[in-house]
Order: sequence, then structure tokens, then C-alpha cells
Amino acid sequence: MFLVIVAVATVRLRDLFSAAMLFAIYSLLSAALFSTLDAGDVALTEAAVGAGISTILVLAVLTLTRRREAEPKPSMQWPALAVVVLTGACLIWAVSDLPQFGAADNPVQTHVAPYYLENAYAELGVPNVVAAVLASWRSIDTLGEVVVIFTAGLGVFSLLSVRPKRRRERDEEDAR
Amino acid sequence: MRDNGILRVVARLLIPLIMLFALYVQFHGDYSPGGGFQAGVLFAAAWILFVLIYGLEAGLEVISERVMFILSAAGVLLYALIGVLGVALGGRFLDFSVLAADPKTAQQAGIILVEFGVGVTVASVVMLIFVLFARRRGELARADRPAEDD
Repeated sequence: MFLVIVAVATVRLRDLFSAAMLFAIYSLLSAALFSTLDAGDVALTEAAVGAGISTILVLAVLTLTRRREAEPKPSMQWPALAVVVLTGACLIWAVSDLPQFGAADNPVQTHVAPYYLENAYAELGVPNVVAAVLASWRSIDTLGEVVVIFTAGLGVFSLLSVRPKRRRERDEEDAR
Repeated sequence: MRDNGILRVVARLLIPLIMLFALYVQFHGDYSPGGGFQAGVLFAAAWILFVLIYGLEAGLEVISERVMFILSAAGVLLYALIGVLGVALGGRFLDFSVLAADPKTAQQAGIILVEFGVGVTVASVVMLIFVLFARRRGELARADRPAEDD
């Protein structure tokens, strides 16, 4: 419920600084939600990355740009509204087809999850199943993730290591 | 902000604790929630807190940009190297059980090593991105000054 309120407030706000702060609050609330669902690893990640680092990075970007969002022209985008309503209706209709949340015979619970849960300690001697799955059984995926992060760093570097133009030239570009 | 005594004292108290917690999350990831990603981010957060209070120059004295580049590549390479080591010892790529005599010990060692690689990469990339954004502001300001050199 809080999540919905914060999300709507974030979208409505035009002050980007407050919006960044609300994003952080949203992440912290999600982290709390994850930890009530006993997903400690996800909660820790959400709190550290979502609420912590991404907020700091967004604030660092805000020091480079204007603080307020440009006012959009008030106009009704009827086709966009139709697409959104249609997609939302389809999703809600699809939800009725989902199996009951947390039921024991869900495909999620019967595929590889029982194997992981039963064998994590017996085969690997690692009590934290999440660590076992991430680092051992799904190790190549994790290697891929690390490469993605490295590439992200390289991407930001190659974008930002260009010498900046002077303000006059930038304003001319903005005007265009 | 840099002359604020309260901030300096609190930061001096907090930064070692955050770093210690990051190391705990890193190396206790087998037993409790955590692992390389979270630990790397926490470690970088401690450094960013240091930069916010003591300034970017002081932060870059602790760890220079060049070191960050090298470390971010080294983490990926460490991960891949552990994988290749498994192949060299007769297993499959990223198969840890051949790394030591006891498969369980080998698995734990492998997991801790690759998680360490993940942590190093994540921490240095996050610090690097922060440095790049933080320095961009100074570059923009310099570009706006009426330049006499170009």
C-alpha cells in the first residue's frame, strides 16, 4: 500500500531531488517487503543498491543538470491511454489464470527448486542456498553478470571522458 | 560540508564499521544473506561517504582511478581464471569440485573466490562511475569559464 502511494507521488513530482529521495524510500520499502518474505539476499541487495548507491548516482547526475523537470504540455494522448488500459486489462485477466500464490504444486516449486533445496548442503556444504545456486550451479550466469557490470563501468567511462563543450554550445544544442 | 565537525566525527566512526560489515557480508555469504554484489556495493558506499565528506581529491589519494580500472578488470579475470582452473584440473568450466581433494571444501573455496572476484569488480566499478560523475561537474565549470587557452 505504501509502495503504491510512494510510486504515485514519485510520478507526480516535478522536483527531481524529491523524486530521487522518494525512489530511495520506495527501494527501502521494497527491501522491507522482501525481508518479510524471508528473502534476505534480495532485501540486502535492494537496500544497498536500490536505496543506497543508485540514489547517490542519481544525485550525482542531478548536480550536472537542472533540478526541475520540464513541464509537459497538458494534452490527452488517447492512443497511449488505450494501449495502457488494454495491456493492463490483459494482465489482470491473465492473473486469474495463475496458480494460487505459494501453493506446493506450482511449477516454480516442482521444477529444479526442490533439488537445489535438498542438495545444497549435502553436495556443496554451503548453508546459504542462494549463494550455492548463484556461485556454483549457476556460475556461468553470475560470470555474465559480472561482465555486464564491468561493461557498464566502461560504458559510463567512454561517455563521460569526452571533453565537455562550453555552455553556449550546449544551450544551442538544447534549443535545437 | 567539509568543515562540519559532527559529520567528520560520525563519518570517522561509521566508515570503518561499514567496511567491516562489507567484509562480513563478503566472506560470510555462504552462511547468511550476502555475497559479492552486496559486499562490493557496501564497500563502495563507505568510500563514497568518505568522498562526500573529505572531498574527491582525498578519496582519489586512497584509491586512484587507475587502480579502480585495474581492479574492475582483475575481478572479472579472477572469476574466469577460477573457471579455467577447473578445466585445467580435469573438470568442466566453473566446476569447483576438482579444486581440492574434498569436493565440499573445493566448492566452498571456489564460491568464496569467485564471490571475491564479484565483490572487487562491483566495488571498483561503482566507485569509478561515481568518480566520473563527480568530476564531470568540475569539467563543465571549467569549460564554462571564458577560456583563454583554446
